[in-house]
Amino acid sequence: MQPDAKSPEETGGAVLEARGIVKRFGPVTAVDGISLEVHAGRVMAILGPSGSGKSTLLRCLNFLEIPDAGEVRFEGRPVRARDRDLDALRSRVGMVFQQFNLFPHLRVWENVALAPRVIRGLSRASARSLADGLLERVGLADKADAHPSELSGGQQQRAAIARALAMEPAALLFDEPTSALDPELTGEVLAVMRSLASEGRTMVVVTHEVGFARAVAHEVVFMDAGQVVERGPPSQVIDAPASERALRFFGR
Amino acid sequence: MIGPDGQLSPGNVGRLSRAPWWLLAVALGATIFAWRAATSEVYAVILKMILSGLGVTLAVTLIAFPLAIAVGLLTALWLVSPHPVRRNAATLYVQVVRGVPILVQIFIVAFVLVPLGVEAVRWIGGGTAFVANLRASDVPMGVRVVAALVCAYGAFEAETVRGGLTSLARGQAEAARALGLSQRQALRHVLLPQTFRRILPTLGNDLISLLKDSSLVSVLGVRDITQEARLYASATFRYTESLTLLALLYLALTLLLALGVKALEHRYRRHAA
Repeated sequence: MQPDAKSPEETGGAVLEARGIVKRFGPVTAVDGISLEVHAGRVMAILGPSGSGKSTLLRCLNFLEIPDAGEVRFEGRPVRARDRDLDALRSRVGMVFQQFNLFPHLRVWENVALAPRVIRGLSRASARSLADGLLERVGLADKADAHPSELSGGQQQRAAIARALAMEPAALLFDEPTSALDPELTGEVLAVMRSLASEGRTMVVVTHEVGFARAVAHEVVFMDAGQVVERGPPSQVIDAPASERALRFFGR
Repeated sequence: MIGPDGQLSPGNVGRLSRAPWWLLAVALGATIFAWRAATSEVYAVILKMILSGLGVTLAVTLIAFPLAIAVGLLTALWLVSPHPVRRNAATLYVQVVRGVPILVQIFIVAFVLVPLGVEAVRWIGGGTAFVANLRASDVPMGVRVVAALVCAYGAFEAETVRGGLTSLARGQAEAARALGLSQRQALRHVLLPQTFRRILPTLGNDLISLLKDSSLVSVLGVRDITQEARLYASATFRYTESLTLLALLYLALTLLLALGVKALEHRYRRHAA
């Protein structure tokens, strides 16, 4: 799929917006004043060397890390770091983790159905049919009654994607979703993510898969040492980077 | 050397030396004893006496244990709370209670805290004749004993639950919160079910300990099986028969509980992760 050339104005306003996000861990500044806008229906890939702060930035977007400074806006409104606001934000922003983090005591369909049942109060039957639909979507219809421990890593990650879709999120965050998988399993997860992107899902993907970013992302953000070094369409940032740091990273 | 099963073992170990001989010894002893008991008038009488306290022993254990788990659960949530007052209050409770012998705690609860509590209730009042006429002696010893055991075991369970909670991968809580579940919902649906599966063996051990420690109620004259055995022995001087029967009865009860816990563990083991 080729990234389209639509401008943000044509694709709608910013779903998620970060303004001057700063996050420190002790003496280390992991994210050093980053601003970005994620527009509806677009895919943003965040690339960069390990330790560059890209996962921390992503985790600040749904407040798994509380930023030390800066503001996150969701659908145009600032999010305050109060429990009720955060729960509401998180239920509308799905997240997929590097280590899958499926709930091992629940069956696969129950993993997917948990949030709709607990938060939206869906009945067991309608949550089940919602879960079955989403599992079918990621190619796991036959694994609905299995436990996560019976699944391969790729299957677990696809189940985790189905779980992240269950609350009909306005945006999806992916935190190195394939870094714990071998190349064969990576492929099946990337295929699911690619089809989500082609549906027009709003996605922010922290990844080391440069090929995926080039093929799917509308915008690439290249980070180093907690700062954005370059941003723009993949053809520019990946294939013709301006900075020496990005040149070195992409091996050009 | 240490074998692959973690036991100290001298290299090759035959199947015969791995057999549970201790269980055979128990079974043998029990059989001989059962035979003596069945053919002896004296044992039948003693057994009948002791069994009349079985209801009390089981009631004390089965009422105190769920209450202790409830106390332990709430205390554990305070132990891991970011709120400093809660955390320190819970730590104080756990450390104080764990540092005092259960027997001493039973005396303190029965003869200090319960009378104080009754006085406090009367002072706060309520105006009714029932409250005004309440005396510490109106609180049965059985109730005081259960309160003391709940207090003591609540502290153990708090440490058990806290250990289980903190052993869960951080990603579990994060995944639950990332879905939009509140702290409470995450605990209820994601963290506590997994904690419970993990601490099941420890809970089983604690239940067995509690059953044995329920014998301490006899010091307050509560007529559990220990008290019945003591009463009979001191009236007839048949110490050997009474105390042996008593011990065997505890052994039978704890073995039964251990089997029950094993069955539960087996049921939950597969997906405990």
